[in-house]
Amino acid sequence: MQALLERNVILLGIATLITISIGTLVQLVPLYTMETTIEKVDGMRPYTPLELTGRSIYVREGCYLCHSQMIRPFRDEVERYGHYSLAAESMYDHPFQWGSKRTGPDLARVGGKYSNDWHVAHLMDPRSVVPESIMPGYSFLATREVTGDKLAAELKTLRVVGVPYTDDQIENTKADLMAQANPEMGDAEALEARYPKIGLGDFDGDPSKVTEMDALVAYLQMMGTLVDTTSYQVGPDGW
Amino acid sequence: MANIERDEVSGTDTTGHEWDGIKELNTPMPRWWLWTFYVTIAWAIGYMILYPSWPTLNTYWKGTLGYSSRVELNTALQDRDKARAPWTKKFAALPITEIAKDRQLLEYAMAGGKVIFADNCAPCHGSQGSGAPTYPVLADDDWLWGGNLEEIETTVRYGIRSNHDEARDSEMPAFGDDYLSVSQISDVSEYVMSFTNTSKDADAAKRGSEVFVEECVACHGETGQGGRDFGAPKLSDNVWFYGSTREDIIKQVSKPRHGVMPAWQARLDDVSIKQVSIYVHSLGGGE
Repeated sequence: MQALLERNVILLGIATLITISIGTLVQLVPLYTMETTIEKVDGMRPYTPLELTGRSIYVREGCYLCHSQMIRPFRDEVERYGHYSLAAESMYDHPFQWGSKRTGPDLARVGGKYSNDWHVAHLMDPRSVVPESIMPGYSFLATREVTGDKLAAELKTLRVVGVPYTDDQIENTKADLMAQANPEMGDAEALEARYPKIGLGDFDGDPSKVTEMDALVAYLQMMGTLVDTTSYQVGPDGW
Repeated sequence: MANIERDEVSGTDTTGHEWDGIKELNTPMPRWWLWTFYVTIAWAIGYMILYPSWPTLNTYWKGTLGYSSRVELNTALQDRDKARAPWTKKFAALPITEIAKDRQLLEYAMAGGKVIFADNCAPCHGSQGSGAPTYPVLADDDWLWGGNLEEIETTVRYGIRSNHDEARDSEMPAFGDDYLSVSQISDVSEYVMSFTNTSKDADAAKRGSEVFVEECVACHGETGQGGRDFGAPKLSDNVWFYGSTREDIIKQVSKPRHGVMPAWQARLDDVSIKQVSIYVHSLGGGE
């Protein structure tokens, strides 16, 4: 067999195809036949334009290199960070930010743990609030304005890959972006109707403009707060 | 091609391959290596049978041991709760003032409170409540919203300006927004400084005292003693959040900054909140 395959390139090709096909089918077929691989929970919604902008900044700055967004189901992690992460909580993440390395703490449930002021102070100069921190400062975020010009296209793209943004949400992308960071200027009520459970207000302490700092803090304050973890109970079979 | 021959020097057969006169010895793998390899295969098969492994069409092979990390965690947490039950039951049933009176419960609260504080409170209030710029020191007797056990517990539970319905809430008006004139703000700041004897302009302070009586007394008190109903800071001591210079005070009167503390009810359970409140009370300033 070995001698035959290594002498006949066509046979080798066919044998390789068969081997790879088995692996592929075992992984792929169940994903088409299973109803879902994601827990059914209450509260998950697509990210608001401002949160999405913050998320893009999070990815751009490589936050995932030091911070995971994945609380594992171990007692020590659950006691420190809260309920372990559910698949449902990253279902609208493209790409997901689970991470595999923690130089800093896990951020999956950092939302609501600190005040906006703290986040701004910490991002400007981490050592001003955590003296032993080795995190770099990101003070430039406070001066970079967010325009949201290309954001509607990003929402549309995400819809293609399965994030259920409505036409209404896509149409009002820019208005929603501004209204969340500046609720007095925009139509905050319409925004809240489109996206339940959101944080409103000027996040970075500078109401004159919407900056990347606003966006990142809005994203951080949302993290882990959407899903009602009490709506999920692990079944006797482990799911 | 297959022209296997015996190599005389090593006594091993060749593979029969030949490239430009170069031949290759067919040395077998060491036996220990081969057997280790076979054992790992057997191990993998055993593992697949015992633990969750292969997917099926609408579920997956759950393994004969029925292992699940989530179920294992639930069991671990239930065991923990059971072991702690003698304490936590008392914590849940008793008001915080009674807990602090019981020596044993107090000890338990202090041990747990210390850990909870380090993770959740220290980032703003500093380790052991030493405070930080714009974040209150918890180890002194200067309290904005009250420093007895129950008041501390309320603050921890619902937060300050946290958007929680029960949160402690107040907002100092922005007197700079066409409310007071620049000179009035300057005067009243001078008057505020006179509480701590740092005012250098007695005339301005005198003019400012009228503004103070009209605008500030309701919350900060006649002598600047502060008001806990509104979390209004004492102005007659040397504890300043946003600076004690004339410029700092003018800035704060014109466009005040307000501290925010999250509501911990959503993140910490009832017992943890009581523990950490007792710990904070013990840091030095508890009333």
